[in-house]
Amino acid sequence: MREQLLSIIEKNSRIDISELAILMGVPEVDLANELKKLEEEGVICGYHTLIDWEKTNVEKVDALIEVRVTPQRGQGFDSIAERIYKYPEVNSVYLISGGFDLLVTIEGKSLKEVSSFVTDKLSTLETVLSTATHFVLKKYKDHGTILTKKYADERMKVTP
Amino acid sequence: MRDPLSQQIRDIKPSGIRKFFDIVNEMEDAISLGVGEPDFDTPWHIRDEGIYSLEKGRTFYTSNSGLKELKVEICNYLKRTQNLTYDFAKDVIVTVGGSEAIDIAMRAMLDPGDEVLIPQPSYVSYEPCCILAGGKPVIINLKHENEFRLTAAELEEAITDKTKLLVLPYPNNPTGAIMEKKDLEEIREVIIKHDLFVLSDEIYAELTYKEKHVSIASLPGMQERTILINGFSKAYAMTGWRLGYAVGPSEIISQMTKIHQFAIMCAPTTSQYAAVEALKNGDADVAKMREAYNMRRRYLMHAFSEMGLECFEPYGAFYVFPCIKEFGMTSDEFATRFLQEEKVAVVPGTAFGDCGEGFLRISYAYSLDNLKIAMEHMKRFVEKLRAEKK
Repeated sequence: MREQLLSIIEKNSRIDISELAILMGVPEVDLANELKKLEEEGVICGYHTLIDWEKTNVEKVDALIEVRVTPQRGQGFDSIAERIYKYPEVNSVYLISGGFDLLVTIEGKSLKEVSSFVTDKLSTLETVLSTATHFVLKKYKDHGTILTKKYADERMKVTP
Repeated sequence: MRDPLSQQIRDIKPSGIRKFFDIVNEMEDAISLGVGEPDFDTPWHIRDEGIYSLEKGRTFYTSNSGLKELKVEICNYLKRTQNLTYDFAKDVIVTVGGSEAIDIAMRAMLDPGDEVLIPQPSYVSYEPCCILAGGKPVIINLKHENEFRLTAAELEEAITDKTKLLVLPYPNNPTGAIMEKKDLEEIREVIIKHDLFVLSDEIYAELTYKEKHVSIASLPGMQERTILINGFSKAYAMTGWRLGYAVGPSEIISQMTKIHQFAIMCAPTTSQYAAVEALKNGDADVAKMREAYNMRRRYLMHAFSEMGLECFEPYGAFYVFPCIKEFGMTSDEFATRFLQEEKVAVVPGTAFGDCGEGFLRISYAYSLDNLKIAMEHMKRFVEKLRAEKK
């Protein structure tokens, strides 16, 4: 039940519990208990909304920043990651395998705002060796959802 | 000029679904619950394999009975799901959809006058295929109170000394009924006692919502008298690829292959390459789609019970088959009015046999949002009909 519940609400966190109960064939009270547990255990970390900001008048700039750092003795990457993720403009911080160490995604109002974060704040951290900033030009798909196209039902309307 | 047509083909009624199709197609904004195919696209990795095969220039014929790789995968699939062992070289034929397999199986097995038992309601092609093959269709009218399963008594009653073949269409289109192992065991005894063959159409085998589907071929003594038909259309959402298969005793398969060789040559090559990928790496996709169908199925059952509409719980395919006898109208009248007044298309149960009278086939191969809108219309319509009756 847990895995199915999670996969449903991962796609639709607004679904109400009575509908979930119908779709899953599980009593409402069991679902409510399970959701509570999942929240307490930190499995469910939040209920977010996927927004295509492109379609609004709000100006936003997203960037992905590759960061190479020097790991610190006894701490590895954790303390440098913490220094970075505490900035509110930082959306996500991942430790990455391959040619660099941390992938930082950041959201700003303008190119300038993002660049100044990189040059003033990120690059000046002692353990940061180098950064490479990639600005997002267009989002085609985000969180498993295709943002650019809607597909119509082209099937014949009645078939045996 | 002489009559260009054969009497036999004149005598065959066109599919009952045809009439509805024409009406619905003229209505632009109709909400349809009438399709018999998945709403999902074929999983991308399967499509990609088809595209790749075209890029590689694999645009040739395959051998008549199908690509060796595919036949091997089909045998692997039947081994892992039903513990059935087939020889890929002799016991398998890849066909143009399950429909072709039905046609050529009947043509390979029937002599004039041989009787074929066809339980109804069921898919529209068994009866005409049987007639075209020279056989005599004998209809078994399944009952709502048995959840449209075939019982040993019903089977026994329909058998004569001319009966040769039983069509076993489960999981069923249009009722959504399934036959569980215990049901199959009961009819197995009758089948063996009367030395019948079985054409088991298991095209919806992957879409069951109770226990896993059991093939009648997996029961003792049944593999040698069963032609098992399956395909890729429903499980992998591959209807347009036109690909199915039949497995069974090599003496029957080889004759089916002969017909196939002269009429079709071979199933589409691109589709066959894509199907290899489907069988090798498609289990997770099937599970995901099955789960989505199951949620919709539960939603519809709930919606009907809220409306007070009688409907047995179907555990297979992607259809529900609610009963509309309380309204005192025929299925056709109900479906026609429902379409005209609420612009929702459902298929009258009678399109699948006379005993479908009083029922509707509602497909849940639609998004949940779509089904919710349709059920609002249905609720309003049902309430209106009840008010009219008072």
